[in-house]
Amino acid sequence: MNQNDKDTIICRCEDVTLGDIRDRIARGEHNLEEIKRSCRCGMGPCQGRNCTPLIAKEIAAATGKPLEEIALPTFRPPTTAIKMSALLGVKKDD
Amino acid sequence: MIKSADIVVIGGGVVGCSTAYNLAKLGAGKVVVLEKKYLASGSTGRCGAGMRVQWGTETNCLLSRESVKMLSHLPEMLDVNIDIEFHQSGYLLPAYTESMVEQFKKNLVLQNSLDIHAKWLTPEECLDVVPFMSLKGVLGATFCAEDGHCNPFKVTEAYATAARNLGVEIYTNTEVLNIESKNGKILSVHTASGDIATNTIVNAAGGYSKQVGRMVGVELPIFPERHEILVTEPVEPTLGPMVMSFYHNLYCQQSPHGSFIMGLGHPNEPETFNIKSSWQFLCDMAERVVEILPPLARLNVIRQWAGLYDMSPDRTPILGNTPAMERFFTAAGFSGHGFMISPITGQLMAEIVLGKPTTFPTQMFDAGRFERGELFKEPLVV
Ligand SMILES: Cc1cc2nc3c(=O)[nH]c(=O)nc-3n(C[C@H](O)[C@H](O)[C@H](O)COP(=O)(O)OP(=O)(O)OC[C@H]3O[C@@H](n4cnc5c(N)ncnc54)[C@H](O)[C@@H]3O)c2cc1C
Repeated sequence: MNQNDKDTIICRCEDVTLGDIRDRIARGEHNLEEIKRSCRCGMGPCQGRNCTPLIAKEIAAATGKPLEEIALPTFRPPTTAIKMSALLGVKKDD
Repeated sequence: MIKSADIVVIGGGVVGCSTAYNLAKLGAGKVVVLEKKYLASGSTGRCGAGMRVQWGTETNCLLSRESVKMLSHLPEMLDVNIDIEFHQSGYLLPAYTESMVEQFKKNLVLQNSLDIHAKWLTPEECLDVVPFMSLKGVLGATFCAEDGHCNPFKVTEAYATAARNLGVEIYTNTEVLNIESKNGKILSVHTASGDIATNTIVNAAGGYSKQVGRMVGVELPIFPERHEILVTEPVEPTLGPMVMSFYHNLYCQQSPHGSFIMGLGHPNEPETFNIKSSWQFLCDMAERVVEILPPLARLNVIRQWAGLYDMSPDRTPILGNTPAMERFFTAAGFSGHGFMISPITGQLMAEIVLGKPTTFPTQMFDAGRFERGELFKEPLVV
């Protein structure tokens, strides 16, 4: 891997590089849940919309597993970022 | 997979990993950890990451005081190169009723007698610690600067790495399906990848510890209870301490990363393995936290999740053997504060299992206390 590839940012929210992801995969973290927890990729404001498919491809390439077999991390609500203030009073109206 | 072991630890959370490390350190022979998913995939990786020494029973004060001491230099102690993100930014516990004031002042006497430097703050003094908090209804608060947080994934990884360095074998994606026993003695554990012969088990299965107990016919009074939690977008550091209100039943802390993490206890939560998130929690949480910390209304929530508390009837863990089955040890029932006491818990468990003198008296953690009616109820919990 050349230096450029290494420094490519995979997760823009949390500044995780391709080099970092490849190191983790090489260390045996072959699962998106584990990688997410160890380096925070996918935990930022976009919640993995950009980086998750890219990391899944990296795992597939490194392990030889078909892409469809790489389990996606649990999808967590809320669907998009939501202001606390928007949640106030909701229950009373219900 | 290995065919036999001196001790099998069931559960790769922070408690299982800390126990395995301490067992190996004390020369327990071959120690194996079996984890059904990956390390810290249970409550440990879902927790609020808080640690505090402000407790209402002597036991909890001692367990947490000793653990915080160990966490403060954990990587050196374990000889591993892992940053556990240890931060002491304090816990502020505001009081809203006269009876809370009374209880908190009693706690301070206890804590100060145990060399825990918590102190009373007037409402105005609270603003020195959290300038933007609302003083509505606040009669005062206790504050302890030694409280704080560290990263549960990293603490687990640190213990697991140190344990492996001492020869412990850790198998992830390996669920214990059954335990073979005969005449009150353990013979082996059964997994999908094979059996391991052993006569000693440490049950560190968190919310699933009752199920593991049932595999040897032991009925533990531990039940799982869902607790929800959320995180906001990261912002500039503004909130130093954890704010924990037993009146609102909530806690809220800004992590070193800048995001705010908060959760609350729900009084009517049923016994369940359900760890789904609910919109009711999202709304309740926003409502209550904004009451105490109004500027948080402007923050974006980006993710919510849930985990299990392994509840015991007095919210104090069970640590030790159960008479019905020889060498079947349990370390569970942490009721929402098992992460912060995991360093000393692992040490005590190793001492108990190996029959060594324990660092503290441990009879109050005996599983038989519930039948005898000797409960050690902790008042300070969310
Ligand atoms: C929302 C929330 C917030 C919390 N906040 C805090 C906090 O701020 N501070 C604090 O100190 N504590 C907190 N806690 C409590 C803390 O998370 C737990 O007490 C602690 O993590 C318990 O660790 P453990 O290792 O005993 O359990 P776990 O981490 O649950 O580990 C048990 C492991 O056993 C495995 N397992 C179960 N059955 C089997 C089987 N049959 N075979 C193999 N493996 C099995 C599970 O997969 C799991 O990984 C919180 C908990 C929750 C849910």
